[in-house]
Amino acid sequence: MVGFQTLFSKEITRFLKVGFQTIGAPVLTALLYLLIFSNALRGRIEVYPGSGIDYLQFLVPGLAVMSLLQNAFANTSSSIAQSKMMGNIVFVLLPPISHLEFFLAYVLAAVVRGLIVGFVVVFASLLFVALPIENLVTILTFGFLGATMLGSLGLIAGIWAEKFDQIAAFQNFVILPMTFLSGVFYSVHDLPNFWQLVSYLNPFFYLIDGFRAGFFGVSDVEVFHSLIIVSTVTFALSFGCFLLIRAGYKLRS
Amino acid sequence: MNAISVRDVYKYFGTLCAVKGVTLDVVEGEFFGLLGPNGAGKTSLINMISGLSVVDSGSIEVNGSDVSKDYLRARRMLGVVPQELVFDPFLSVYQTLKFQSGYFGIKHNDSWIQEILGALGLDEKADSNMRSLSGGMKRRVLVAQALVHRPPVIILDEPTAGVDVDLRQGLWKFIRELNERGHTIILTTHYLEEAESLCGRIGMLKKGELVVVEKTEQLLQSSEGLTIRLLIASGDCHLPESLNSFQTKLIPGGAEIIVPNASNVEEVLAHLRVANIKYDSLQLDRRDLEDVFVSVMRSGKDG
Repeated sequence: MVGFQTLFSKEITRFLKVGFQTIGAPVLTALLYLLIFSNALRGRIEVYPGSGIDYLQFLVPGLAVMSLLQNAFANTSSSIAQSKMMGNIVFVLLPPISHLEFFLAYVLAAVVRGLIVGFVVVFASLLFVALPIENLVTILTFGFLGATMLGSLGLIAGIWAEKFDQIAAFQNFVILPMTFLSGVFYSVHDLPNFWQLVSYLNPFFYLIDGFRAGFFGVSDVEVFHSLIIVSTVTFALSFGCFLLIRAGYKLRS
Repeated sequence: MNAISVRDVYKYFGTLCAVKGVTLDVVEGEFFGLLGPNGAGKTSLINMISGLSVVDSGSIEVNGSDVSKDYLRARRMLGVVPQELVFDPFLSVYQTLKFQSGYFGIKHNDSWIQEILGALGLDEKADSNMRSLSGGMKRRVLVAQALVHRPPVIILDEPTAGVDVDLRQGLWKFIRELNERGHTIILTTHYLEEAESLCGRIGMLKKGELVVVEKTEQLLQSSEGLTIRLLIASGDCHLPESLNSFQTKLIPGGAEIIVPNASNVEEVLAHLRVANIKYDSLQLDRRDLEDVFVSVMRSGKDG
């Protein structure tokens, strides 16, 4: 247990030491998105017709989850990839840290960073727009599951990658398109049929929709339905990641 | 009880067999040297013992705990100084040791950390960031990291590679003291004089096979003898056939004749006189571990 606590606290120390880069920068990026998209599209897009929800309000939870997901992914993937490439991964491979402790320490540190970034985005947005909170438990549940899902995916990517180029490719060709096509900036009902179908195949869509429902009590898909899908994907990725660690895949030659 | 017990272990990297059926026991409290040229399988074997590599076939135990089945217990028994000069650029020396203690399940380790820092001459660098240290200092921190949990078995994989004389001597003094306090030490090194003076027993790996395991004393006895080195300025050296009963070798600018003991020297000189071999100078050297190592590596047994 001390091994887990130490690895977890070391991972937290690691991202806090470069807090401007790991927390400040993504919050600023999200606020810039908010500023630009809200000014450009406000009044042109009607979300959840009849609900009275303003586009600026609609945008905030989406941007918060997008930042949360990207940062949870970045935390595990960059930490593991950097340690592997610098060789200092031996310091956590030599000690008696169990496979589960190893997995939990990395993923929970990513969850902490993801939640910090996500909630700082929400709080900073309150300077520009008032946000209702319909159900805090729903917000926290989807936030936690999203960060766990992407923390696990980042860990898988970090274990698999042999150079930073591969991590960047994973981020730019998988994570970024999936987040942008998940309804951060629009309601899925505004899309043509084909793109609606594509959105329904994207687990990030259910994450964002569920998270947003926690604020407004309105969603594109039934919240329980989203919860089942998000939980299943999170569990599958976490379990897959745990199996990779247990097998020592690309960690122990 | 055996500190390390290796049973018929194989390791493959693709089609390359890096370790071939190695069986080895290192007894508790021993100072054991593992020698071999680059690519002989030393680091592969050490990585399997420490859990950094998976054992493809066979079994390895550390203080009775299997490194695969009971990996948590086995790793708790081991302290490993890796060959590569690796460090965490985010941490200071003290933080590095503090975190390493935690990884091994030790929360309050300050007094032992201070003792190691003092013994390794790192006390003034405790708050320095790892990035700012010289190569030698980083090597000391690696040794300190391996010792934070007071492991009964310590593995040092070429710990003095590229290290200055002062540090090397200080390091060996400290490691020798640890061995005297009962820690088992396993050392790989390319400096054979180090192995000769420190190790009680030596194993030699050649192309993945363990070809020799002997007490250092016996290894040296087995190579007892003298090397007579003749230096001939003209470079024209033809040794007489009468010397064929000894091991002879032509070297640049002369020849070497290996004799079993000092009483044979006069006999060799007599043969040279009879054959009218003129030499400019003559050296007599006692054979050492390096000679044994070279003759084992050149011997017919080819891995």
